[in-house]
Amino acid sequence: MRSRTVQGTVAIAATASLALAACGSGAGGPQSGGSGKLTDDKIVIGLLNDQSGVYKDLSGPNSKTAIELAIADYKAKYGDKAVAKTIEIVTADHQNKADVANSKAQEMYDRQKADIILDVPNSAAALAVATQAANKKKLYINIGAGTTKLTGESCNKYTFHWAYNTAMLARGTAGTITKEGGTSWNIVYPDYAFGQDMNKSFTKEVTAAGGSVGQSIASPFPSDNFATFITKAGEGSPKVIGSMHAGGDLINFVKQFNQSSLKGKAQLAVGLMFITDIHSLGVDQFAGTQFTDAWYWNFDDQNKKWADRFKEKTNTRPSFAHAANYSAAMNYLEAVQEAGTDDADAVVGKLEGKKINDVFLRNGEVRKADHAVTHDVYLAKVKSSAPEEWDYEDIVKTIPAAEAYGEANPACKMG
Amino acid sequence: MSAFLQYTLQGLAAGGFYALSALGLAVIFGVLGVVNFSHGACYMLGAVISAVLLAELHVGFWVALVVVPILMFGFGVLMERLLVRWLLALDPLYNFLLTFGLTLILVEAVKQKYGVSGLPYEVPAGLGGQVSIGSVNLSVYAIFACLFSVVVCVAVGLLLTKTRIGMIVRASTEAPERTRALGINVGRWVTPVFGFGIALAGLAGVLAAPTRAITAEMGSNFIIILFAVVVIGGLGSILGAVVAGFLVGLVEAYGIAYAPTYAQIVIFVLMALVVLVRPSGLFGREEVA
Repeated sequence: MRSRTVQGTVAIAATASLALAACGSGAGGPQSGGSGKLTDDKIVIGLLNDQSGVYKDLSGPNSKTAIELAIADYKAKYGDKAVAKTIEIVTADHQNKADVANSKAQEMYDRQKADIILDVPNSAAALAVATQAANKKKLYINIGAGTTKLTGESCNKYTFHWAYNTAMLARGTAGTITKEGGTSWNIVYPDYAFGQDMNKSFTKEVTAAGGSVGQSIASPFPSDNFATFITKAGEGSPKVIGSMHAGGDLINFVKQFNQSSLKGKAQLAVGLMFITDIHSLGVDQFAGTQFTDAWYWNFDDQNKKWADRFKEKTNTRPSFAHAANYSAAMNYLEAVQEAGTDDADAVVGKLEGKKINDVFLRNGEVRKADHAVTHDVYLAKVKSSAPEEWDYEDIVKTIPAAEAYGEANPACKMG
Repeated sequence: MSAFLQYTLQGLAAGGFYALSALGLAVIFGVLGVVNFSHGACYMLGAVISAVLLAELHVGFWVALVVVPILMFGFGVLMERLLVRWLLALDPLYNFLLTFGLTLILVEAVKQKYGVSGLPYEVPAGLGGQVSIGSVNLSVYAIFACLFSVVVCVAVGLLLTKTRIGMIVRASTEAPERTRALGINVGRWVTPVFGFGIALAGLAGVLAAPTRAITAEMGSNFIIILFAVVVIGGLGSILGAVVAGFLVGLVEAYGIAYAPTYAQIVIFVLMALVVLVRPSGLFGREEVA
């Protein structure tokens, strides 16, 4: 009898682990209610992001520090003339779940009287909050998520997309590397929405730049063992191997790529990478890898100066998401100042079409047609050794805003 | 043909590692009848401890290969004494739930302490680079990991089947009453066996550190494959775990080569087929299982 019980338990164990792995989160449905009227003599900025999971280091709690810097700068700039005398920050952890993001956003807008929500990494969570912003007629500036839907099918009057998107990453990395001679690619991508999108965008941009993609290989997500995928990706001796993985999968891929015979023969290009990935794996493991970065702290004096202020408070260097949170908060406050009110429609009016040059945005523009914030981005190459901690990137090339962002997304019908 | 050979060798290399990783699970299963869901978390702990030893105490890979299993043995002993022991007499489901809960605690604790982006670890000196056999290329480290795993598996197999200790351990679990009647203290062997299984999980973690992402979640996905290995091999069978480890490695490699999207599904299809045809797995004995 014991054999049956144990067998049964194992079956449960296997099923449970599969179920756990498959556990995702559905997008939260739209909610109704809530009018847009709010002034109560203060501005409330809501920071809604991942405070405990995979995106914690990339943005997380330190983004609050970035927003505090913006508030300090705004107050210093306008002093007694400041329209917003009292500015508060409220934060919440969305745990990378769309349903949690949805209810937290609702709570921020309704109960905590947030005038604006910032950040929201994770595409599913980001889209849920966009729906809330549209319903509540309150501002929302997304920074952490990559999905082009925010400025496409799901665009709306109150939602802005500040830092980057997947199409921009593809144009930057695939376009530039292909034009510079990396004409034959094989791509390995994780088999879920983000990976499939990235694969499509990269294939399109490689082809548009005159290159060709020999194979696009889907890998299960998540995955530990990439050795064989890497061998397969080496078939046909491509000049470039593109990895569209993120987080732990990316680290697995790069470690195993470095141990493979392709190291040195093919160039490794990474679809989405953050400075925190380089920090965790070690600069030598990523050495030579090219990717598109929205901002780099050690690019010039202006960035460096801001990064020094950030380091004083956090003891770490900022990622592009931290700088973008600063920039978004600052420009929101500037728009409030200009409008003389926190009325959402008035503030949106001041933001639309605005041309911005600040510590994060170079040649930046809040594009009126789809609310994508276009700006110069950078093709970065990981250094072979770090002169100091966090100094990991050489900026190979500045990609002009127009080239990086292309035309406004035709799927966006601004209501 | 050379591509086929390449995939075969790569599959075998991965298989050796799977075999070692599943071995502790099989030992604890086979000897104690406990479904240790926390095996993946213990594997993760092994890797995390190696990375921490390296970063903070400059203790390298070779020392970690010895020290970490010893530490994990201690952890396993504590786990058995304080928790698992009390539920042994009950339905195996209770210990499964206990170790499942423990997994959640361990994963979250590591996240709290070491963050989520992962810890760095390098390939030990001398094991980097490639070897070429004809047209086939393999990473030196993968070959090392595979050979090392096979040696450990064979040693554990011999220990359990050919030595007096192994005989007592097996007798204690298969026929506890009769063994006790022979004057052997049966309960005495439960703790070290459990600790030994956990030590093996830690050892697999050390071996994974140079080649895989060291994060709190690294065991969460891996445990699924290990369960498949153990079920295919036959519950608690050491030989089964080894053979199934290689089989799963091969199937996965061919899957990736010829139908990449289905690479992981293939493993579970294999598991389903084996369970349908031989419910006790390839090498499982009906009466012991």
